Order: sequence, then structure tokens, then C-alpha cells
Amino acid sequence: MLKQTEGSRAVAEAVALCRPEVICAYPISPQTHIVEALGEMVKDGSLAPCEFINVESEFAAMSVAIGSSCAGARTYTATASQGLLYMVEAVYNASGLGLPIVMTVANRAIGAPINIWNDHSDALSQRDSGWLQLFAETNQEALDLHIQAFRLGEELSLPVMVCMDGFILTHAYERVDMPTQAQVDAYLPPFEPRQVLDPAEPVSIGAMVGPEAFMEVRYLAHAKQMEALKLIPGYANEFREIFGRDSGGLCHTYRADDAETIVVAMGSVLGTIKDTVDQMRDAGHKIGVLGITLFRPFPIQQVRDALHNAKRVVVLEKSLAVGLGGILATNVRMALSALPIDVYTVVAGLGGRPITRRSLHALFRKAEQDEIDAVSFLDLNRDAVDKQLARERAHRRTGPAAEAMLRDLGVVAAKLA
Amino acid sequence: MSFQPVKFYQTGTFTVGNRLLPAEERSVQASAKRFNSLNSGHRACQGCGEALGARYAIDAAMEATHGQLICANATGCLEVFSTPYPETSWQVPWIHSLFGNTAAVATGIAAALKVKRLKGADRDVRVVAQGGDGGTTDIGFGCLSGMFERNDDVLYICYDNGGYMNTGIQRSSATPPAARTATTMAVGPEPGNVFGQGKFLPAIAVAHEIPYVATATVADLRDLEGKVRRAMEIRGARYIHILVPCPLGWGTASHETIQIARLAKETGLFPVFEAEHGELTSSLKIRKQVPVEEYLRPQKRYAHLFGKQPKVDVIARLQALADRNIRRYGLLDFDQ
Ligand SMILES: Cc1ncc(C[n+]2csc(CCOP(=O)(O)OP(=O)(O)O)c2C)c(N)n1
Ligand code: SF4
Ligand SMILES: [Mg+2]
Repeated sequence: MLKQTEGSRAVAEAVALCRPEVICAYPISPQTHIVEALGEMVKDGSLAPCEFINVESEFAAMSVAIGSSCAGARTYTATASQGLLYMVEAVYNASGLGLPIVMTVANRAIGAPINIWNDHSDALSQRDSGWLQLFAETNQEALDLHIQAFRLGEELSLPVMVCMDGFILTHAYERVDMPTQAQVDAYLPPFEPRQVLDPAEPVSIGAMVGPEAFMEVRYLAHAKQMEALKLIPGYANEFREIFGRDSGGLCHTYRADDAETIVVAMGSVLGTIKDTVDQMRDAGHKIGVLGITLFRPFPIQQVRDALHNAKRVVVLEKSLAVGLGGILATNVRMALSALPIDVYTVVAGLGGRPITRRSLHALFRKAEQDEIDAVSFLDLNRDAVDKQLARERAHRRTGPAAEAMLRDLGVVAAKLA
Repeated sequence: MSFQPVKFYQTGTFTVGNRLLPAEERSVQASAKRFNSLNSGHRACQGCGEALGARYAIDAAMEATHGQLICANATGCLEVFSTPYPETSWQVPWIHSLFGNTAAVATGIAAALKVKRLKGADRDVRVVAQGGDGGTTDIGFGCLSGMFERNDDVLYICYDNGGYMNTGIQRSSATPPAARTATTMAVGPEPGNVFGQGKFLPAIAVAHEIPYVATATVADLRDLEGKVRRAMEIRGARYIHILVPCPLGWGTASHETIQIARLAKETGLFPVFEAEHGELTSSLKIRKQVPVEEYLRPQKRYAHLFGKQPKVDVIARLQALADRNIRRYGLLDFDQ
């Protein structure tokens, strides 16, 4: 059914259609609207039977999820940013134990400095946690990916993170096609856990594993993630058959067939990039796009296939590997190893900095001339940085850096507009 | 006709007279059909109070639930010594997740079980969470308080051996004052753990006004079993805090575990009581009050108090703590 609704609400309704049995909630923007909506459905009885648990921290949220998933319940939670970091020990534990929990990460920057706006630092910090990671481009895709996430995670006995851009998607009112319960039921079978705490068949879960088997257990986690690369295209096809639209998959090219320059990105910024590319195509530029839907496992072969004819690749990413450059770009480089293709890392949109078509036009035109650095920062206010660096050279006790830079800039909100 | 009332304690011995009881009142352990939830073959030190406490507590919970029990276990000695895989001592469904999240894991299990029941599962499966004092009073405290406050249907059992034993006997917030640990060394002008720090978690649990809180020691295993049974009759958050001497950490002989635990209770240093919904409902009276010195002297962790010149001032401070417990929890029966 087509409806105009908020991204968070759309995701909450999609999750409810998946018949979750335990949901744990802890507030953090920009994820909160999702669990609020689910909590209301549980409280008014429209989502039943389901336990909605208001926990005391994200660490507890993931731990409750571990317990309920281990006892055989389909389990969901959502978080972002500091919340994701606060639960990290349990995030690794959930994947290590092989529990198919589904978690929305409403992508948001990580502090300090504290910042509630969107970038991908939170989810990407967990790229090696053993969770599958899917990135939604639109609200429609966000809601569709949640339905696929339960199917995928439960098949593999692995947890799945569905990442959607905080505010940009979670708080945007857009038209979405909300599936029916019958469609979701046809797609998503009931949860059949591989392991379950059951007095009828007692098992010990979570024993110490020493050097004699640890490598093998970890390799198994890797092997299972690689299996996801084979499963996902099939699940996307099945999804198309039942729901009548394309959603999910590994990665997707856009106007890239004869492209000399291909821009790689994840999440909602792909929309702006595609608009920019459309305009440049109209003006005769040979430029295309590769959107990554599945970040973990990373679809190395598919990315290589999609990019191998390009002259150059511009990876535009909302994350920063401090001391190196890009995270996504590093993964893309690995996919392109030994190919004579220049890969440029462009860090953009950190902490909610708008990524505008105007900036992208300028960036892509320079990239086409190979006039950008190997690692660059889109719309970076170099003066602000230089001023602080000069201050630090001149004095020892310069005080907190972020506050000094904010003072230099004056009222920032006005500048963002 | 002369009438001989049943006495648990035979004169002078303190031995529990299990064989004098009718069969249905005997310890779970007296039956060949006992559950052996924590089976033999585990790797605990000889005389480990934690192993003993866990065996009685979980078997009692198994009996109370007719074997319909799931356990969540914190990292610590109990977890490490019980599951040297491919061997496991647990004959109950058992999960170890992390050090500090056991109460929350148990909440999740309880929630899942509730939904399964609502969906028609006919068995009523219950949950016990268990951990050491470090996993309970320190790193797991947030999750524990959350579980209490939400009144989740979980019995949490803390095995208090007064320190982080599994990592080599470091101080926890349950380490008693003056005790030597690897991080409260017996050196300097005030050797051992400092006075005026630490927390007594049972009192904090009572302050949460949860349906049931109890303390116990491995010196009185019938009392412990009874408290576990009582706890399993109740729905909601329940907490049992068991004092479990650790021969390795306390510097006591393996055969002294029960005796030391009893002295902890008989001195008043460890109050044994029950509370329901925030109110004290019973306390186990001291049978024969003994000075704290008798409890302290056999333990090497207090050896620095008994050098050439015994630290009478420190011993007096510990005595004062025992006396305060006696007053606070009504541990002496003045009618007698
Ligand atoms: C997050 C985390 N921090 C520290 C540890 C190391 N650690 C494992 S067991 C343990 C001590 C356990 O002490 P306690 O809970 O009192 O149980 P005991 O071993 O004394 O029975 C510590 C510190 C850990 N496993 N995880
Ligand atoms: S160190 Fe203490 S608690 Fe740990 S197994 Fe040995 S006696 Fe038991
Ligand atoms: Mg301990």
C-alpha cells in the first residue's frame, strides 16, 4: 500500500510485519522514533505477542537481545552513534555466538565533539564485528532491507545491521510502498534457530575456546559471511517476485556502462550523486555511479566487475579512517588491486555537513582531470583548521580545540544553510 | 509419651541432621535423583565455596521448577571452571555471554520464554542468572539494577568470594576492609583493603523493593536451598547473595570452607537475612556469637593483622562492623 510516512515509521511498520517477539529499546537520536513506534504497537496490542523492553543502556539492549535470541525469539533493536559504541562488547558477542538479531543503525557521527547529525562513522566502526551490514539508499529500501535482514540473518545464524542515514532518511517523510502481512509472511518463514536454550535438550553456549579451535571458529564466521554473497542475489530475486520491486542486492551501477569516471558511495547521498551525474551525462561527461548496498561482507568481485573498465574511481564516503583516509575507499582499493585504475578518496558530509550538487559538480569535474588529491575532504574550511594549527604552534595552553574553532566560526547554523 | 523435637544441629557439632527429616523435606542432594546440574569433573579448586554454592542453588532451583530451568552465567571462576570444553559440567541449558551483562541476558531469555508461553508453549521455563561478586557488584551492576527496577522474572544469584578470583584475586567492591588482595596489598601504613569503601549489594537490592532478596552462606546449605525454593515461588526480580569462601584467595585450607563461612555468619560480619518488597522479613540468628578475630585469624588474607604485634585497632574496627550488622539486621536473639 502506498503511503506518505516518516522513514522511522516505515521501518517500524516493516519490522512489525516481520513478527518480532522481543524488542529492546533505548533512546538515542536519530533512531528513537523507530522504537517509539514499535513500543506503541506493542502497548496497544497491534503487535502481539511481543515483549517491548525499556532497558537501561545500549549495552543492556544488545545483551537482552542476546538472551532472547538465544532462547529462540526473533529479536530486534535499534541504535546509533554513541549507543552503538556503548554496546560494542555485546555487538561482537552476538555475532560470535551466531545470533540472528536485526538492528537498525540510524547512522550518526561519533563524538567527541558530540554531534547528532549524519555520517557513517558509527556503523563503519563495527565493520569487523562479524555483523552483516546493509546500507539503505531510500526509505523504501530501508524498510525492504529490514524484511530481507531477518531472512538473511536467520538463514545464516548471523546478526544483521541495517544502516540508514540519520535524519536524512529516518526523519524524512516520503512515499513508501508498505507491504502486506501476507507478502511478508510469504517471504519470511518463522524463526527456526540453529541453537536454542531448551530444558528438553540442554546445551552449553559460550564456553571458552582455546588456540586449538579459535581460528577455525573465527574462520567459520568469515566463511558464513562469504555465503551471504551467494544468498543475497537470490533473496533479492525472491523479494522482487513477492513484492514487485527491486530492493537489496550487493551493489548497483548507475549509468556506468561506458563511464571513465565512476563514483562509489553508500546510503542516501547516492540520490544527490545520481542527480549530479544525470546533469553531467546530459553535458556529455562519461561518468557513472556504483552504490554499495552490502558493506559486510564486502562484495569484492562484484565491485571489481563494476569498476574494472573505469579510468578512475572516486570514493565519496561519510567516514574517516583517521591517520589513513577512507574506510570505504580502502575496501574499494582492495577490490581493484593490480588494476591500473586511480582511486580517489573523498571524505564528505562528516557530522551532517550537507553534500550539495554544486560541490559534487566541482569535485567530479576536477576528478575527471585527475586534479584532486589521493585523499581529500569535500568543502573543508581549510582556514579554520589553519587558524587553530597556528594557535597551537604559538601557545601551549590553547584550551579545547573544538570550542576554539567554533568561536572562530561564529554562528555555525547560519553558515550551514 | 516422650517427644523428641527434630533438631537440625546436633549438640556441639553443627551438623545438619538431614537423615532425621522426612524424605520430602530432605536436601535435594540427599536423593539419588538429584539433578547434578553442576556435575562433577569441573576444574574448581578443592574446597571451592562457589562450586558448592552453585551446586546446591541450581539443583534447588531445578527441583523447584521440575527441571524447567535455563541459566545465564557471568564470566568468572564459575564459568571458567565449569566449561573447559569439550567438557561441560552443566546439565542445564546454560549460556555465558559476557562479564557484565548477565542480568540483561537473563532478562532477554525471560522475555523470550514469556512470548513462547503466550504463543502456546505448555512448559513454564524459568531463568536463573549467576555471577561472582565482581560480575555482580561492579561491572554488572548497571544491568542488574535495570533488571531489578523492571522487575523482570529472573532470579539472580551472586556468589560472593570477596574479590576477582578468576583473574588472580584482585579487589572488588565486595572485598571486605583490611583484606589483602593483589590490588590491596598488605603493605604500607594501612595494609589491605581500605575502610569506608565498598558496597553491600543485598541492601541495595532491598532498596529496589523487588519481591525477594536473601543472603546465605555455604555453611547452611539447607537454608540456602530453602531460600532458592522460596525465590522460585515468586515471579519478578529476585536476588540471592551467597557468601562463598575461596580457599585460594582467602588463604584457607580446603577443608575449612564451611567452617569459615559459618564464622562469617556467627561473628555477624556477614548478615544472613531475607527481605520482601523492601522490608526485612527474617534474619538467621547468630547461634553462638564469636569475636571477629576467630574468623580473621585462619585466613592468610588477614595475616598482616596478626604479626608480632596484632593490629588490635584494625580488628576492633572490623568488630564494630560486625556489631553494626548485628544491630541493623537483628542477628542476636535477645529473648534467649
Ligand atoms: C569486560 C571485561 N573486563 C574484565 C574481564 C576479566 N575478568 C574475567 S573474570 C574476572 C573476575 C571475576 O570476578 P568475580 O565476578 O568476582 O568472579 P570470581 O572469579 O571471583 O568467581 C575478570 C576481571 C572480562 N572478562 N571482561
Ligand atoms: S580461585 Fe577461589 S573461586 Fe576460583 S575456583 Fe578456586 S576456590 Fe573457587
Ligand atoms: Mg569473586
